[in-house]
Amino acid sequence: MSNILVNAPKTASRGAVIEIKALILHPMETGFRPGANGRIIPRNIIERFTATWNGTEIFAMDMSSAIAANPFVSFFAVANESGTVVLRWTGDEGFAVEERVAIAVE
Amino acid sequence: MTMRLLAVGLALVFAASYAVAQVGTQSGADKRRSGYQDMGEALQKMQDDDTANPGMLFVQLGGQLWNKAAGAADKSCADCHGGAAASMKGVATRYPAMSRGGDRPIDLEGRVNLCRTEHQKAEPLPPENRDLLALAAYVSHQSRDLPIAPPYDPRLDAFRAQGAEIYRRRQGQLNLSCAICHDDNAGKKLAGIAIPEAHPTGYPIYRLEWQALGSLKRRLRNCLVGIRAEAWPLDAPEYVALELYLMERAKGMKLETPAVRP
Repeated sequence: MSNILVNAPKTASRGAVIEIKALILHPMETGFRPGANGRIIPRNIIERFTATWNGTEIFAMDMSSAIAANPFVSFFAVANESGTVVLRWTGDEGFAVEERVAIAVE
Repeated sequence: MTMRLLAVGLALVFAASYAVAQVGTQSGADKRRSGYQDMGEALQKMQDDDTANPGMLFVQLGGQLWNKAAGAADKSCADCHGGAAASMKGVATRYPAMSRGGDRPIDLEGRVNLCRTEHQKAEPLPPENRDLLALAAYVSHQSRDLPIAPPYDPRLDAFRAQGAEIYRRRQGQLNLSCAICHDDNAGKKLAGIAIPEAHPTGYPIYRLEWQALGSLKRRLRNCLVGIRAEAWPLDAPEYVALELYLMERAKGMKLETPAVRP
């Protein structure tokens, strides 16, 4: 079960610059903290976030241990054609989640 | 023409005096401030935007749990209560409250756990458990923007009085009471941070320092550690007594759940 909140416009005029914001529930465990038993809690972070627009990559970022839990990402894109934006988070322990947003360009 | 001008002028005077009266009653009647009003603009915007407020992730999770069957009875919250938007509206403004047949008040998290053990026949969730907080946040969120309305119940009086007594009692190595900071010195700075008036308007809150959702109980434990007092055990009735008093103190203020705080 993954929890994601995305804020993107449903429609945009051609050539306009739009902002896409995405928030995801994730502990971003650093791998540096000892747990209650004194052992290090294994690292569990999102390593990479990518966004594609109709298959073309428009934004990507690598995340590290220093990024806070429940990371919030905001980026801009130029609306050239109607289509689907696929947001993808991948990370430790086989974490891979996708969210799709349809944007109509007029 | 002059009559017309006069009429317009009079209307303006009335409008102006009405506006003054409005502002006058607002500042005169209620000077209490939610922590929201004292935090920075960026954080206020974060709380106000439901797609940027990380607390909303937990509300979303709580909504999923609301419809998920649990326990030996294989029942979900929705099986008894239906849609939360209607059945849970205003509920959070009335808690802590007496449970039916119980001998002491319980807070919202306690109520969720009581439902689990009594109706779902499931294990109670441990304190500060993510699912428990998510359910509490989901239920509280249904009362967003409603005024806090502690119930009139004579059985609660003794517990409220106990809460008020704890609030004014000096404790810990620093020998401070809640009231010394949050009544006498609210609005001033402590180590560069504004001291809030301690109105529990947005619990469970998403605190950036915690990077997680946390209950009012967790916040109270924070303060106890801050004054170097020994925190009570997690199931101690003192927390609920204090919560009762704080909700009475914040009566009429609007719920903001899920609030964001620094």
